[in-house]
Amino acid sequence: MGDVFKALADPTRRAIVDELTERNGQTLFELCGRLVMKHGLGSSRQAISQHLDVLEAAGLVRVRRAGRYRYHDLDTAPLEQAVRRWLPPSTTRLAGSRGSRAATDQEESP
Amino acid sequence: MRVNLASVLVDDQEKALRFYTDVLGFVPKVDVPVGEHRWLTVVSPEDPDGVELLLEPDAHPAAKQYKAALVEDGIPFTSFAVADCRAEHARLRGLGVVFTQEPAEMGPVTTAVFDDTCGNLIQIASMTASMTE
Repeated sequence: MGDVFKALADPTRRAIVDELTERNGQTLFELCGRLVMKHGLGSSRQAISQHLDVLEAAGLVRVRRAGRYRYHDLDTAPLEQAVRRWLPPSTTRLAGSRGSRAATDQEESP
Repeated sequence: MRVNLASVLVDDQEKALRFYTDVLGFVPKVDVPVGEHRWLTVVSPEDPDGVELLLEPDAHPAAKQYKAALVEDGIPFTSFAVADCRAEHARLRGLGVVFTQEPAEMGPVTTAVFDDTCGNLIQIASMTASMTE
């Protein structure tokens, strides 16, 4: 798994995560349209594709093939793991009452 | 010089004619045999003397590869104007049309993208209501 924070250090990649938060499962075309029209980002389709590769390597985006189409799904699990590392167990949503060890081993889908 | 024609590359002209008329609501304009295929065009009933859409065979080997690459990335082959993208999306969904992009506001326009069953994605777009008022 790549570095989650390195992946999110780039504003374009954060905009991609923003848009996937608003609607999960987008085609490359829809994502590019949103970045241009809503964020004023003039990146090429190829550049966006490379940003998606970085997010995918960090485990934040998963590519889902459905027939002839390809969709991009957001996966926030790596973020939750990263946050749990520093936050006291009582402040993390996933920690519950079983303490940090249990929370670390517990997976929750987005 | 003027633009009178736009084309979509379809895998089956008869199937395309049915989809573009029965489902999308265009009307046949020209249908004449040309070799093993047809010169086959449809027009919008809202503009019968306007630009014709040529349902052109994708017989060239490179065409299928090109179309597949566009579809994989969700890129529409062409775009049609509609009065209300969300209403048209609901109508087409009711007819069983598959959308790869649900209606989304893209600045001044609302767009959606569907599969034309002939190997293409097609975008529909309308001016976003709040922007036209």
